[in-house]
Amino acid sequence: MYGNAYIDPDQTPNKLTQDEDPARLAEFEARIEGGDKIEPKDWMPKEYRKQLIRMIEQHAHSEIIGALPEGTWITRAPGFRRKLALMAKVQDEVGHAQLLYSAAETLGKSREEMINDLISGKSKYSNVFNYPAETWADTAIISWLIDAGAIVNQLANSKGSYGPYCRALERICVEESFHLKYGHDNVVFLATGTKTQREMVQDALIRWWKPVMHFFGPSDNISVHTKTLMKWKVKMASNDEMRQTFLNMYVPKIWDLGLVIPDPNLKKNESTGLWEYTEPDWEEFKRVINGDGPCNKERLAVRKYAEEKGRWVRKALLRKDAEYVTPLV
Amino acid sequence: MKIQSLDPRITRSEIELEKPFDEAKELDQWQTYEVFHQTKRGQQHQHVGCVHAPNAEMALLFAKEVYGRRGLCVNLWVAKSSNIFATDYEDADIFECEEVKTYRDPGYYKVMDRIKAFKEKQQSI
Repeated sequence: MYGNAYIDPDQTPNKLTQDEDPARLAEFEARIEGGDKIEPKDWMPKEYRKQLIRMIEQHAHSEIIGALPEGTWITRAPGFRRKLALMAKVQDEVGHAQLLYSAAETLGKSREEMINDLISGKSKYSNVFNYPAETWADTAIISWLIDAGAIVNQLANSKGSYGPYCRALERICVEESFHLKYGHDNVVFLATGTKTQREMVQDALIRWWKPVMHFFGPSDNISVHTKTLMKWKVKMASNDEMRQTFLNMYVPKIWDLGLVIPDPNLKKNESTGLWEYTEPDWEEFKRVINGDGPCNKERLAVRKYAEEKGRWVRKALLRKDAEYVTPLV
Repeated sequence: MKIQSLDPRITRSEIELEKPFDEAKELDQWQTYEVFHQTKRGQQHQHVGCVHAPNAEMALLFAKEVYGRRGLCVNLWVAKSSNIFATDYEDADIFECEEVKTYRDPGYYKVMDRIKAFKEKQQSI
């Protein structure tokens, strides 16, 4: 799951391509316009490289940190079959991080630098994983709705212009379809179960609706910068467009189970075909993304612990003649 | 007792939340190996991505985990990324076909036209 480009709305647009060779830039843009993919060793504008590194790296971090809230439930899964399925899902997420880190590496940032930037807080990951999974039902809602949101995003991005990222996403989407079915199955099981089970899943939905609405990010500031990134097929759809696609696909499915979405203003405007909703609290979104969420510290502490505790093994296996070159992917 | 976290790792491993991080150094994550998989016997191996590994044996093990899940693979190859030599996209013109070399295309050979003409000529005698 889980990548989404966060575009800095304060960036001055005219700096974007001012140092670039106009002829090469034109050739590059024509190639993308014609539907060609850009490969690692091709010439590319500095801003294209920078935005892609940031976006793919954030996506990779989100996969690896995203495995944590659900991972906490492996030891407490209700039943052996569910435990095995959850372990498979969590392992998939970590595998997705591997694919995405490799794709980002092709642009010239080493995996070690990405790990350091994650732990120092310099790079971000999807905000939703700074919230706790309080009950088993929270893991069901995450697997269903957060993964659904991620699929909307990843299907859009897999049609982007950077070859290695598109290839990683195609592989990821295949595995995500299992997550979505698994999550839906878990939600349906609880929603069609006893009164206690129904209450449990309803509570989880109330807790997770805000992070779900935050997932795609605030409305894009339609600046020259955003337009350029869309032209370069780095950003494939606006945050609002993706949120609409998601609501259109999943709100009816949630209502179908008799569950209540905690937003009295949520409805589809039949004349525009668009969903109307209460604007999510974007101040909270910014506060949490900048470190002040319920779980930010423990997520990074767990990651840091794993990196440090595993280091002696990696060091013991490192051969003296090892040499790092940028992978092909 | 107040539960510090819902994550059992935090409490059981006594992970400190504010400890400074000893940064990862170069090659902490080893070097990379490119991975090629075969989806079915009889098919060609195809490049699918890379893994970070300390040696070829472990690269195969990691490749199996990352690229060989869900029964979509019957065989794997790995090779050090540094051992792969590639052409440059800037030189893609070396693959261009010249129009004058159409004699290498099957469509260039139109024997039926000649045979037809020959048969018509024979009949008219």
